[in-house]
Amino acid sequence: MQYILLIYGTEPTSQPSPEEIAAEMDAYNAYTAELQKSGAMVAGEALHPVNTATTVRVQNGKTVTTDGPFAETKEQLGGYYVVNAKNLDEAIAWAAKCPGAKRGSMEVRPIMDFSQAQ
Amino acid sequence: MPQAHQIVERVFREESGRVLAALMSHLRDLELAQDALQDALIAALEHWPQDGLPHNPGAWLTTTAKRKAIDRLRRDINFAKKTEIIGALADWEASPEDVAMDSETIPDERLKLMFTCCHPALSQDAQVALTLNTLGGLSTPEVARAFLVSEVTMAQRLVRAKRKIRDAGIPYQIPPADLLPERRDALLAVIYLIFNEGYGATQGESLIRQELCAEAMRLGRVLVDLLPDPEAFGLLALMLLHNSRRDARVDADGELVLLEDQNRSLWDQAEIAEGLAILDRALHMHQPGQYQLQAAITALHARATRAEDTDWPQIAALYGELARTSPTPVIALNWAVAIAMSEGYARGLQILDTLDEEGKLDGYYLFHAARADLLRRTGWLDESHAAYLRALELCQNTVEQSFLRRRLQEVESQMMV
Repeated sequence: MQYILLIYGTEPTSQPSPEEIAAEMDAYNAYTAELQKSGAMVAGEALHPVNTATTVRVQNGKTVTTDGPFAETKEQLGGYYVVNAKNLDEAIAWAAKCPGAKRGSMEVRPIMDFSQAQ
Repeated sequence: MPQAHQIVERVFREESGRVLAALMSHLRDLELAQDALQDALIAALEHWPQDGLPHNPGAWLTTTAKRKAIDRLRRDINFAKKTEIIGALADWEASPEDVAMDSETIPDERLKLMFTCCHPALSQDAQVALTLNTLGGLSTPEVARAFLVSEVTMAQRLVRAKRKIRDAGIPYQIPPADLLPERRDALLAVIYLIFNEGYGATQGESLIRQELCAEAMRLGRVLVDLLPDPEAFGLLALMLLHNSRRDARVDADGELVLLEDQNRSLWDQAEIAEGLAILDRALHMHQPGQYQLQAAITALHARATRAEDTDWPQIAALYGELARTSPTPVIALNWAVAIAMSEGYARGLQILDTLDEEGKLDGYYLFHAARADLLRRTGWLDESHAAYLRALELCQNTVEQSFLRRRLQEVESQMMV
């Protein structure tokens, strides 16, 4: 099965120091490398901060564009990984290893598989 | 032929957990497995009264349910992965250990089913309901009745949980060693919750309550057979020892009788003996845990022929140990009471006051009831009266309310003297 691991966390209010950024990058690089080595890695990206987000809806045929995310929450989506896992426990184990699990929380969601549906 | 139907239903109830567990290992879909099992029950109701009970009803039901599952899968064109599952079912059918309908053994997969039903990705409400509905063989209306929710609500809760198991890929396996302790605790918690829902009699009808206790003990027995773990033995011993007092806990008028006032000749000696033996077995494994500690405390009560023979110092020591490992308000409260009984009411009251300063117990009726009782015994009647009133205000259970009211009246009549 494929799972998406959504990385949620509170965004820093002040600019992190170069050392902090480097440490974070190292942690994610190591994690990504481990995923790749095991063959579990499907995809993964980091997102720009939430102040760059735009919400789009189509209402009565008109595109309505608003600033910010759809829901105001304390924790923001900061990035994601898509992984191959045998079952939820394996996906949970990957989520727990992600650096984001220590700083915020991870949401684990199965990805729908349409390959066998008619 | 109502009698034949009753036999079919009884056999079905006994076998269904095991059959369902076997089906799950191939179908990985609880909804489908339960539907197929239901189909097999209908077939059994049709065939067994005519043809007689099969040599091995469990194997008959499993084989029939498997065929019904294949039929259902073939009909359901939208079912993803169906080719895969039908293939697996066909392989299963062809496998040598399952050659005939009367083959002697279907492998016991109930432990896997327990772990799946009690997976932490499901809410605890759902875990409890699923465990009762799949392994306990309680129908949806019965589970709904036990938890005082409507059938519709319970049916939705169950369906949502079963779909989550399937769609989120909650594994059907005995957890690997690194996860086992945590998952075992979740499983034990669910079984104990089922027992307490029945034993605590917080609300609702008494018949379904007794059934919950019986189910919890049955699950506990299945568990120790499949997972001989000291805490699993501890839990089973704890449930047996509590349950042994069932008949003495409530009097003929349905009023609650406190442990010290219970007619101990009503205690079920066979259950006590079994509970003590199982606890002994657990303690010999030398891995203490909270269920074993609680069972050891209950065992000390069970061993006292008269209330005044109770080994309170030992009970206080065990509660002290429990409080160290799981510091909950309830345990702290019980520890204070045990101290009061072994070292004097004044000392107990002192501890209760210290606990109260931490402020966690004020909304808890048992705290006020325990305080009221110690104050009454010390002769502080006005304070006791006030504490009983506060306890009554907070208590939800009618049987316990009525007990508190009786105590309140006793204190009032003493105050008049």
